[in-house]
Amino acid sequence: MEKSLKIAIKELNFFYRDFKALTDVSLDVYAHEVTAFIGPSGCGKSTLLRCLNRMNDLISYIRIKGSIFLDDQNIYDPGMDVVSLRRRIGMVFQKPNPFPKSVFENVAYGLRVNGIKDKAYIAQQVETSLKAAALWDEVKDRIHESALGLSGGQQQRLCIARAMAVQPDVLLMDEPCSALDPIATQKIEELIHKLKKTYTIIIVTHNMQQAARVSDITAFFYLGKLIETDETDAIFTRPKLKQTEDYITGRFG
Amino acid sequence: MFKNSNSVQNRRKLLQFIMFGFFKMSAAINGIALLIIFYFLVSRGWRAITWTFLTQPPIDSMTRGGILPCIVGTVCLSLGAIIVAIPIGVASAIYLNEYAFQGRILRIIRLGISNLAGVPSIVFGLFGLAFFVVYLKMGVSILAGALTLGVLTLPVIIGTTEEALRAVPKTYREASLGLGATKWQTIYRVVLPAALPGILTGGILGLSRAAGETAPIMFTAAVFFTPSLPSSVFDEIMALPYHIYVLATAGTNIEATRHLQYGTALVLIVLVLGLNLMAIIYRARLQKQH
Amino acid sequence: MTIHFQRELEKIKKMLLSLGAMVEERVRMAIKAVESRDANLAKKIIKSDYEIDEFEVELEEECLKILALYQPVAVDLRFLITVIKINNDLERIGDEAVNIAERVCIISKRKRLDIAFDYSLMAEKSEYMLKKSLDALVNMDVDLALRVCTLDDEVDNMLNKAYDVVKQAIGEHPDRISYLINLLLVSRHLERIADHATNIAEEVTYLIEGEIIRHREH
Repeated sequence: MEKSLKIAIKELNFFYRDFKALTDVSLDVYAHEVTAFIGPSGCGKSTLLRCLNRMNDLISYIRIKGSIFLDDQNIYDPGMDVVSLRRRIGMVFQKPNPFPKSVFENVAYGLRVNGIKDKAYIAQQVETSLKAAALWDEVKDRIHESALGLSGGQQQRLCIARAMAVQPDVLLMDEPCSALDPIATQKIEELIHKLKKTYTIIIVTHNMQQAARVSDITAFFYLGKLIETDETDAIFTRPKLKQTEDYITGRFG
Repeated sequence: MFKNSNSVQNRRKLLQFIMFGFFKMSAAINGIALLIIFYFLVSRGWRAITWTFLTQPPIDSMTRGGILPCIVGTVCLSLGAIIVAIPIGVASAIYLNEYAFQGRILRIIRLGISNLAGVPSIVFGLFGLAFFVVYLKMGVSILAGALTLGVLTLPVIIGTTEEALRAVPKTYREASLGLGATKWQTIYRVVLPAALPGILTGGILGLSRAAGETAPIMFTAAVFFTPSLPSSVFDEIMALPYHIYVLATAGTNIEATRHLQYGTALVLIVLVLGLNLMAIIYRARLQKQH
Repeated sequence: MTIHFQRELEKIKKMLLSLGAMVEERVRMAIKAVESRDANLAKKIIKSDYEIDEFEVELEEECLKILALYQPVAVDLRFLITVIKINNDLERIGDEAVNIAERVCIISKRKRLDIAFDYSLMAEKSEYMLKKSLDALVNMDVDLALRVCTLDDEVDNMLNKAYDVVKQAIGEHPDRISYLINLLLVSRHLERIADHATNIAEEVTYLIEGEIIRHREH
């Protein structure tokens, strides 16, 4: 299959007040691939992830230079509608964060805020999303009960279903398994494998084995710079740069 | 290193025992104080509580008869105050916490609000008199009183609402925005429902405070005596706390109306506790839903 | 945990080097046995082979344990995989030394017949390759490893020459076929030792460069 470019990050610089969190990051992300961002804490990988759906806009004292193209459209264009951008780029967070609503309402939320009123469509979309997130069989009998009653792993899959319900192109995952046990982690990882047929997935992870297992491309960040990016098996068997090797083999700092 | 461990152990255990006892006692004093007040009021006032007392206006220069106008007045005033204060208070809290740029100006506004909470209530009364009664020509009326009490309870409501909004996890907001919701949709559909129990707590506190205040209504709403129930918000009215004050200090026969004073106080306390209880039950039901 | 892991890797490296030394010693003894037709020395080699076998198993288990416990990546992963393969090669070299010793046992019982082939030169070359491949591992020296790989052709040529010489000798002494075949086999075993040494050198190259150079012309 021909690789098609989904996101192109070009010369991105990011500042928190005077602190430069990202320096000249340029990276291409291809459709239907899983791209993993790895690196030590504070290396800028989460910051970059949050640039992709402009979640950083919530913080008032940041500055951004450079551009990010989503399907040839610069998302930092002044004319860009951030709200509709965020619908196209779904996000799954570090800790499972379902709303204190029912399972159904959680998944339906994105549809409702985007102005969809058709009840039959919403119900069908909720079911499709829950099935795609491999959660339907576990929750179909308690779909109108509070989502907070689910286990951590189920909650995280619910959050994935919730993100998928609005049919985004891209899924951003910010350490999606860091609060989960190994079994739940395995389920999420299997899900990621399944979902990449439909979505372009970018995952930030501290777990190097996880990056190795789920991703096609791995990008290693250090001190706000993109150090090395390559196919994941190359990064984990023969990285080109010593810094990358030192990090993934645990000889760091 | 751990020499004398036996005697040290014993000393530590004793200290632990003493401190624990001290904390337990301090906590108990709270409950006991409430019980004493309640006992005091009930023992002296229960004889005054009759059907007539609750359903009739005062007669014979307020030495006999009931306190119905006062009950109605207090309910009107405190509910009115809450109706005024909750929308304004919640809206300002939302602005301060969700929309406003977090900087120096905001800190000054917050300082202002917390200072407003510390202003003596008689000052609010004078302000109400000058502004609502005289300047806005509302006269001594339920409206003027409710507005004055509303201003009085605003800081309480803003404070607790802000607290409640801050307690809503940031991740809820991010999740909602991440799904393509606007800021207002996020606040309305996710943040406010999650903060509602906390906001209600603020409402309860405000309501209790409004019901019990005497000074702010003295010049703005309450009158010495009126036998009729109010027919509009521009009527003046009697109120329980002011009635107690009047009976106890300026009545025609202070000693003879002692039991009426205690009875009125009892009714006020029960009214406030009842309002609180209702709100607490409602809040508990809301929290259970989540 | 990292320090612990590093210590484990150091231990593996030490074990591999002592195995290398043991095997080198056996090869040297085998060559000496060929030169001196010393059956006692040959028997000693055959008897003590179990030491190498046991050591090989121990080293492999140690590697598997580290793979399972630490899931190493990149250079550490390549190091362990290389160790497992070199371990295997060393053990096979030990076996070749035994094979040579077995030939010596047979030859030493028969009447001596010299042929026009210099075993000491071939033995020297094979031994040199083994030694240098292990040096390349110790010093992480890619150039040395690549040089070892090129030496393999010389040893192959020597084997071909031994084949021709033995063929001719069989024509001259048809009654000594069995003796001569054993002589040929000695050169064959020496050539195998050189092959394993080449493997080791290739694995060292993989360890350092991360690229598999096997099945490639040197």
